[in-house]
Amino acid sequence: MTVAITGLGAATCLGLSYKDLWAGLCGGKCGISRITAFDPESFECQIAGQVPAFSIRDYVPKSIRKTTKLMSRDIEIAIIAANEAFKDSGLKTKAFDEQNITINPKRSAIILGANSISCDLLEIAPSIAKGAVDGKFDIRKWGTDSIETVTPLWLLKYLPNMLACHIGIIHDLQGPSNTITCAEAAGHLAICEAFHIILRGDADVALAGGGESKVNPIVHMRQALLKRATKEHNNNPEQACRPFDADAKGGVFGEAAGCVVLENLEIAKNRNAKIYASVAGIGQSCSINANYEFLEADGKGIQYAIESAIESAKIKPEQIDLIVPHGTGIYAEDVAEAAGIHKALGSIASQIPVFPTKSMVSNTGSAAGAVDVIAACCAINEGVIPAAKNCDNVNKNCKLNIVKEQIKKRINYALCTGYTYGGQTAAIILKNDNG
Amino acid sequence: MGIVCPLGHDIATMWDNILNCRSGMSQTTIFDATTYPTKFCSEVKNFDFAKYTKNPELHQNGNRHSKFAIGAVAGACKQAKIEVESENPNDGVNRRRMGIYLGAGEGPVDSDIFFNAIIKGWDESTSTMDWNKWADFAYSKMQAQMELEQEPNMPAAHISIYTGARGPVRSCLTACAASTQAVGEAFKVLQSGQADVMIAGGAHSMIHPLGIMGFNRLTALSTRNDSPETASRPFTASRDGFVIGEGAAIVILETLESAKKRGVEILAEVIGYGSSSDAFRVTDMHEEARGAVTAIEAALKDANVSYKDIDYISTHGTSTSENDSIETLAIKTVFKEEAKNTPVSSIKSMMGHLIGAAGAAELISCVLAIRDNVLPPTINYNDPDPELDLDYVPNKPRKADINIAMKESFGFGGQNNVVIIKRYEN
Repeated sequence: MTVAITGLGAATCLGLSYKDLWAGLCGGKCGISRITAFDPESFECQIAGQVPAFSIRDYVPKSIRKTTKLMSRDIEIAIIAANEAFKDSGLKTKAFDEQNITINPKRSAIILGANSISCDLLEIAPSIAKGAVDGKFDIRKWGTDSIETVTPLWLLKYLPNMLACHIGIIHDLQGPSNTITCAEAAGHLAICEAFHIILRGDADVALAGGGESKVNPIVHMRQALLKRATKEHNNNPEQACRPFDADAKGGVFGEAAGCVVLENLEIAKNRNAKIYASVAGIGQSCSINANYEFLEADGKGIQYAIESAIESAKIKPEQIDLIVPHGTGIYAEDVAEAAGIHKALGSIASQIPVFPTKSMVSNTGSAAGAVDVIAACCAINEGVIPAAKNCDNVNKNCKLNIVKEQIKKRINYALCTGYTYGGQTAAIILKNDNG
Repeated sequence: MGIVCPLGHDIATMWDNILNCRSGMSQTTIFDATTYPTKFCSEVKNFDFAKYTKNPELHQNGNRHSKFAIGAVAGACKQAKIEVESENPNDGVNRRRMGIYLGAGEGPVDSDIFFNAIIKGWDESTSTMDWNKWADFAYSKMQAQMELEQEPNMPAAHISIYTGARGPVRSCLTACAASTQAVGEAFKVLQSGQADVMIAGGAHSMIHPLGIMGFNRLTALSTRNDSPETASRPFTASRDGFVIGEGAAIVILETLESAKKRGVEILAEVIGYGSSSDAFRVTDMHEEARGAVTAIEAALKDANVSYKDIDYISTHGTSTSENDSIETLAIKTVFKEEAKNTPVSSIKSMMGHLIGAAGAAELISCVLAIRDNVLPPTINYNDPDPELDLDYVPNKPRKADINIAMKESFGFGGQNNVVIIKRYEN
C-alpha cells in the first residue's frame, strides 16, 4: 500500500492558511516580530513567531461552540489547521456537512504532536494571588481560600491530548487517537505513526501533524535559560533566526499548527483527490547526549533516522532532490544536524538543495515537523524550492547546499528531518506521485 | 518487567502486596495538602534511586517520574538480560534495533517558583501582570536544567541514555490511557519490523500542587480523607472518585525470533491492540460507551479471538461514578452472555491511579495473573452498586485458569486503548 498526503492545513505566523505559509516562504517573508502576547521588555529574547488574530468561534460548529471556553491557545490554532486540512482534502466531515459525510468516523484516526501546555498565567494569577501571605505563596492559604476560585474545568484546557480531543469531536474521528509528546520532533513522529496506522490497515484516513504555542512567558524563558534562544536582533526580528549561517546566534521560538490528511493512495485516486505527495519511508532514532538540551555533536541520532528512512523508502541518497532540515539557527545544533546528514547521505549531501524554514516561521516545537512537511509537499507539488532566508554566509562547518535563489525543478523525493532537546529524532521521505 | 509504584519497587513486592490486598494510600507527604479538598494519595515511598545507576550525574536533575522510570527499566532489563549503562553491551541486542515507547507525563512544575513569580508580578488593584517583575523573579530563580526536566519527553531521554537504545523512540500522553497506548504501539512497531526490542510502558507523577488542584476542581478525586485506605472502591455504590498515585511500569517487548535467539524467558505474548476515540464530549465519556466498545472490539479482532476466549479483564476501574458505570456497560455490550461469567477487577483499589503509568502497571498484573493462575482482587468492595453486576473479584484474590487477559484504559478526553495478552506456549 502507498500512503498519500491529500490535504494540508496550517496556522503560522505567516497566516491562517497553508497557502499563506507557502506564499510567505516563497516570498522570503519573515513572520517573526516583537512579542505582543505579553510585555517582553525584561526577557532576553523579545521576539517570536506569532499567529495573527482570529476568532476561534469562526472555526467551531455552532452546536458545540461553548467548548471554545475550554480551549487553550495550542488547541485553538490546531483546530484552524485541522479544519483547513480536511477542507483541502475534499473529504466531508461532520464539521462541514452532517448530512453528507464522506469519511467513515470509526476508520478515521487523529495523531498529533503536542506538548504539555503551559497555562495562561493571567487566568490563574488572581487565584494564586489570594494564596499569598506577606507577599509569599502559602500553600495552606491557597488550599483554603484560592483553589475554589479556579475555574472547575481548568485542567482540561492544559492536557496535551486535548488538541486531538477537540478536533476529534469537531470532525467526528472515532478511530485511533494519539498525542505524541516528543517536543520539537513530535510533529514528524506523529506523521510517522499515522503513516504506519494507515499502512497496517487500522484506519482509512488519518489527520496528522502538531500544534503548539511557545509564546508563553514560562516556555519562552525556559528556552532562554537553556541558551537556545537568541539574545540578538531584538530590534531586527527579520534577521534573528539564521539556520546554517556562520552568524547563527540561537533560535527564535513561536507558535503554529500544521495538519496533513493521510490516506491510501488508491482510494484517494479513485475519488480524484489532489495528491500532494506520498510518504515513501520514515525513520526514527535518538540522539544520546549527557547535555540533554542539545543534539550530540556528531549528529548520529539524525544519521540513523535518515538511514532508516532511506532504507524503508528503498531509494538511494542521490534520488533526493530537497532536504527540509530542522535547522534551528542554534550554531552547534546546525553543525551537528549537518554532520548527521553528511554521514547518512555520503558525498552527495553537499549538493542536495537544503531549505530551512525557521528563519521565517520560527521554531514552533510540536508543530515544527508538520510545518516542514507541508512546505515540502508544496515544493513537490509546484516544482519550486524557495530561497532560504538569513543564510547569506553558509557556516563552513555545515557544508550544505543552502538554497540561495529560488529553484524551479521537478522534485522526485524530499527529505524532512527533525530532532529535539531530549534526543528523539525522525526523518520522513516524501515522494512525488504525479506523472 | 519492572515497576516502581506505591505497592513496591520491584515486581515481586508489588504482586505480594496485591495478593495480600494491601493499600498504598496515606496522607500526602510530597507537598502540604492539609487544606486541599483531598489530603491523601498513593505515593512511592523510600525510593532509593542511587542503587540503579553508576552515573548519577547524568540523572541528577531528573524529575520524580524519570527516576521511577529508570528504576523500572533496570528491573525489566535485568529480567530480559539487556545490559544497561554499558559501552559495549554483549546481550545480543543491536541498539539500533532497540526502541522506546513511553506513555509519560510532564514533570511537575517547580511550584515554589511558579507561584511566587506570579505573586511578584500580579497587581491586584489593576488586575494586570507586570511582566518585568515576573521575569526578574523568574530569571533569578529558575534553573535551566530543572525547567528542561518538566518536558514530557524527558523520561524517554533518560532511558535512552541509560540503555543506549537508538531505534524508534516515541513518547505519548493520552492522559490515563497513555501507557496502554504506548505498549500497544510498541507492539505494532515490532510487528512492522522497525525494531527487534521495544522498552515500553509509562511514568508519571501528578502529585503536585497544580495537579491535585486540577483534579480536585474536576471533582474527580475521592475526598474520603478520614479513610485513605478504603477510598478507592471501584464499582461500589459509595465510590466517590479516584485516588491519585504515581510511578513507572516497564515491559520489554521483543520479537519471538529475537527472544528465542537470545535465550530469554518469555513471560507472555502480546496478541492484540485496539485504539479509539470517543469524539463525543470534552468532559464526559460517551453515554453508550461507544469509544470503549470500539477499542475492545478492535483489540479482539486484532488478536483474532472472541470475547468468549477472554479469561480476565483488568479494568480501567478508577472508582469514579462515571467510569465504572460506563466501563461496566462497555463490557456488557461486547461480552453479552459471557459478561457476568468473565472476572474483571481493578487493582487501582490498592495501587491508586498512576495516570500515564497506570495501564502498563496493570498490564504487568495481567502477566502475573496468567503466570500464577490467580485473579487479583478489587478490594474495598463492600457495598455493590446494584446497577453494576459483573464479577469484580471482590476483596480477595481467586484461583482461576487464565490464558488470555485483556487490559483496558480510558483517558480524559476520550482516548481508549486495549491490549490483549496470552500465555506463551512453546
